[in-house]
Amino acid sequence: MTARADAAEAAHREAAVQPGLEPEDAALVARLVPPVPSPYHRLNPLTKAAIATAGSLAAIVVGGYPVPLLVIVAALVSAEIAGLLGRLVRVTVAVGLALAISIVLVSTLTRAGETVLFVIGPFDVTAEGVDFAAQTLLKVFALSLSIGLFTLTTHPRALVADLERRGVSSRFAFVALATIEAVPAMVRRAGVIAEAQRARGLDSEGGVVARARGLLPLVGPVLISAVTEVEQRSLALEARAFSRPGRRDLLWAMPDRGAERALRWIVGGVLLAVVLGHLGGLV
Amino acid sequence: MTLELASVSYRYAGYARPALRDVSLRVDDGEIVGIVGANEAGKTTLCLVASGLAPASIGGRLLSGSVVADGQDLARIPVHGLAERVAIGFQDPATQLSGATGSVIEEVALGPLNLGMPGREALERAHEALDALNIGDLAERDPLRLSGGQGQLVVIAALLAMRPRHLVLDEPTAQLDPHGTRLVADALRRLAAVGTALLIAEHKTDLLDELCGRIAVLDGGALVGDGSAASVLEDPRLVDRGVAPPSRVTIRRAIEAAGAAP
Repeated sequence: MTARADAAEAAHREAAVQPGLEPEDAALVARLVPPVPSPYHRLNPLTKAAIATAGSLAAIVVGGYPVPLLVIVAALVSAEIAGLLGRLVRVTVAVGLALAISIVLVSTLTRAGETVLFVIGPFDVTAEGVDFAAQTLLKVFALSLSIGLFTLTTHPRALVADLERRGVSSRFAFVALATIEAVPAMVRRAGVIAEAQRARGLDSEGGVVARARGLLPLVGPVLISAVTEVEQRSLALEARAFSRPGRRDLLWAMPDRGAERALRWIVGGVLLAVVLGHLGGLV
Repeated sequence: MTLELASVSYRYAGYARPALRDVSLRVDDGEIVGIVGANEAGKTTLCLVASGLAPASIGGRLLSGSVVADGQDLARIPVHGLAERVAIGFQDPATQLSGATGSVIEEVALGPLNLGMPGREALERAHEALDALNIGDLAERDPLRLSGGQGQLVVIAALLAMRPRHLVLDEPTAQLDPHGTRLVADALRRLAAVGTALLIAEHKTDLLDELCGRIAVLDGGALVGDGSAASVLEDPRLVDRGVAPPSRVTIRRAIEAAGAAP
């Protein structure tokens, strides 16, 4: 990272610290703000959410080729700016590949049309089917790239802090964040339980049937331990005044500049114009 | 200033028999009182009742008696108000950390922030709590990536940041190795030295032998013994109640049984 980028990130972290802290504490809290290594990362979470939502909605509602392609190109350019192009493409392909294959197969092999391109066994592959598959694929990838870019550039804690600052209940914000953060812990716990069950003779290797059979003795302990954990965590939180009504102070929250607020209005306006234009037959 | 349970009987929702029966216990400021008993003796229930979380938060019913902290009946205090009076910690640090913070200092400051304190004051309290336990160097660490002992200390620090007068701990070292147990024991001793009243339920009688001035014995939900740590831990009936005596007692008895002089 260049010295200039370092300085930009440091300035952003300082701007995220809420006012009123002692200088030493402000410096400490600035170091605790999740990393924001690129200009795209540094956008306010709500701005990134607005961009992702607008891109997804425009691609799905308008369809066709130009708008979804534009959304895909914009997402890829933004990912390049964020230094995440390769990762975003890999994640999108990994998540969307199975869906893409099924869309291509179903659309090309079963969709009726007048222009038969070629025949595979009992199926006519028509130009209309290929066209429909291509448009659907573009929509799917526009959607997954938009959401993927948002997810990869927005730390959950930054999103939740921003929502809380905007008046969302701290209880809701906490539950949302704890749920996201609990997933890796639950996966770890499931791994430990699986090891314990294997040590007692559980056969979870082999074919699909053997694996499915092996899952049954794991589900109960994983669910029970998850419920117990939630119960203990809620008691521990009660012991720390979590149920007190009213708002609480935040130590940091991502800055929300005037330019970004304007950008959100512009994004919303463009989305509205595109949708209205589409409904009016202009787009 | 004391934490006092007076003739407390408590029953969990859906159960016919009470989990605690006519328990009376008093913990004064700066005192460390240990609770021993077999599994299912009622130690965790006693901790929950003493902290006010039972029945207020977990349900059930106080059949008789009262729990009073510093002259105030805990039944009359809203759950979020209990935190500043009687704090409670459990055995597994992993389930007591909020999971919603990225650093130890934020985790410890969470309670004071929940109380409605401004960030500056919450951080001041968090620093104090970490310093009280000598874990200031953990401030910027991810709380979910600490060792068991460090995690438990962070949990205790998070409770201390609420500045409770009384601290109830349910098997605080159950999941800790000897080093982690030592860290927690040293921290508890320091807390008692500055006037915090501590009620600790533990299976590790060696630890209680070292820490406590007084020990109470629970059996079937009833208090069957309450006295100086030395007298309770030397009591031969302790084994019958499912409690292993501390090593020094076991070794001395073995030597005596072998006919050698202690």
